[in-house]
Amino acid sequence: MPSVTRIYVPADSAALALGADEVAAALAAEAKRAGAAVEIVRNGSRGMHWLEPLVEVQTASGRIAYGPVTAADVPGLLKAGLLEGAAHALRIGDPAQHPFLARQTRWTFARCGIIDPVSWDDYTAHGGGQGLARARTLGAKATLEAVTASGLRGRGGAGFPAGIKWRTVHDAPGDTKYVVCNADEGDSGTFADRMVMEGDPFALLEGMVICGLAVGARKGFIYIRSEYPRAIAVLEHALVVARANGLFEDCAIELRIGAGSYVCGEETALLESLEGKRGQVRAKPPLPAHHGLFGKPTVVNNVLTLATVPEILLRGPEAYAALGTGRSRGTLPWQLAGNIKHGGLFEAPFGMTLGEIVDDVGGGSATGRPVRAVQVGGPLGAYFPRALFDTPLDYEAFAARDGLVGHGGVVVFDDSVDMARQARFAMEFCAAESCGKCTPCRVGSVRGMEVIDKILAGRDVDANLSLLEDLCNTLRLGSLCALGGFVPYPVMSAVRHFPQDFRTP
Amino acid sequence: MAWDTQRAADIIETYKHLDGPALPVLRALQLEFGYLPDEAVSQVAEALNLSRAEVHGVVTFYHDFRREPGGRTSLKVCRAEACQAMGGDALGDEARRRLGVDWHGTTRDGEVTLEPMFCLGLCSVAPAAQVGDRLVARADWPKLEEALRKCRP
Repeated sequence: MPSVTRIYVPADSAALALGADEVAAALAAEAKRAGAAVEIVRNGSRGMHWLEPLVEVQTASGRIAYGPVTAADVPGLLKAGLLEGAAHALRIGDPAQHPFLARQTRWTFARCGIIDPVSWDDYTAHGGGQGLARARTLGAKATLEAVTASGLRGRGGAGFPAGIKWRTVHDAPGDTKYVVCNADEGDSGTFADRMVMEGDPFALLEGMVICGLAVGARKGFIYIRSEYPRAIAVLEHALVVARANGLFEDCAIELRIGAGSYVCGEETALLESLEGKRGQVRAKPPLPAHHGLFGKPTVVNNVLTLATVPEILLRGPEAYAALGTGRSRGTLPWQLAGNIKHGGLFEAPFGMTLGEIVDDVGGGSATGRPVRAVQVGGPLGAYFPRALFDTPLDYEAFAARDGLVGHGGVVVFDDSVDMARQARFAMEFCAAESCGKCTPCRVGSVRGMEVIDKILAGRDVDANLSLLEDLCNTLRLGSLCALGGFVPYPVMSAVRHFPQDFRTP
Repeated sequence: MAWDTQRAADIIETYKHLDGPALPVLRALQLEFGYLPDEAVSQVAEALNLSRAEVHGVVTFYHDFRREPGGRTSLKVCRAEACQAMGGDALGDEARRRLGVDWHGTTRDGEVTLEPMFCLGLCSVAPAAQVGDRLVARADWPKLEEALRKCRP
């Protein structure tokens, strides 16, 4: 047995919010008291959030996990023999063998929760850096071909093929080009970007540098939301370490912090914000690939898209493309959220059904009551009833049922939910976050709230329901971006699938 | 902290060289002074060669920027869907009742400002809140009260 025992205590936001710092402090104090030499590593999260804080100990026979651990559990755990991986009521065993993790196919999250997020040695010992080395060997053209061949599509929600976007920027004229990482993960029910940035930030940085090499950009920006203080701190640290290890020789990366605006997750609003302006949406065309940041050709990709690229180059685009279904290739990190028993991060190939992920993987509701509605794809995603639980999780299958996969957030509601209130909230949110540039969104969202209020008050319900549908069509067809354009998804899916909630007796 | 023209000038100078410096400058000023008074708008406009209207437009667009001082501690309660599914609305109502303020309001003793927010990325351990720098998962009022107590000097 090594003289110093390594203990992992996650510093992921979810773990911190459940007392991980207090657990780490208690472990250090109790180990000192017992005269045991320990090294506490603050790793990312494995994604089993109902078990956080999940403490792991490096033993002679591998890592052994315990969870959920509170500071008060620590003396008892040490007395029971935590440092040797001994039995205890909270003992999980080898975390990789836990059914929730064993069922997953991890690409984007291959290292998250395993390594020390800001240790370059840990990163390279677990395959980090090899994707970039491969890209340098391949050269720009072959790298573009590899990304295209992998079938990777933009994970921010739009699902646009990454390889085509990169090629467009590569082919665009001009010497100055940019890579922009959209880390403005504002959708409720999503936290995969946050987990990557907190648990494996070098993967994102490496992906951005690969993108820069492939498209000919020498400068990259990460635009992260201010609501993610922990991710910001980890990225700032990771940037210093990566720079010291020469990662930015070809493409320098800078971190920029948002100021609390949901619409800045829309790529053109994000670019405006980066330029120091109000986060107002630009009309497209021109596309950012032609006319992006400061008017230069720009790749704007989500965190997950960029962070998956090194792994694709390392393991081969064919292996990634072999996963999935239809035109949805590879894996998606699904985020199980809201009223769910086993909430967390579940990366799997496209193609599982909604019912499998909610009932089998997620274990149903946290409250133990029947699951009534599931919102997939954030605040602008549709609410699906149990009747649609056979829908496969892939971009086209969801679109065919008037829903969207979006960024992979799955928010579960039990039978206490009032769907008319949820529909009203969708309009309220749109009104609060509208950038104000286009009339359907700016005015339509406010009118939408008013119409739903009338319906809730029982006034001319039929007439107001058809007015609401008409208004939603205007929003859908007339808005400049997805905020106004997609808010009809939650509203109309609530009306269609839960009509009884709009007719209070 | 009261507005200090020299201190503000130093901060602006630190970030002025960036491409698109407005947001980093405003963020740093707010971190230092707690809010962005009229003097901030004028001084930033002057330093970045923008009109006051442009800077005013930026300051008022983003939820993070404040035009007047807030309480000593901010209490942010998530109002988004995943937290709603776990009783986030009731938690927000209770926070308003207990503190005796509405959203964006500051308690009479100047201790706490209550802010609504949309998503901390803690959607799997909802409802979520942030008290000062502390994140709180599976939040209820006793947990928030304890976190507020820990923020007192």
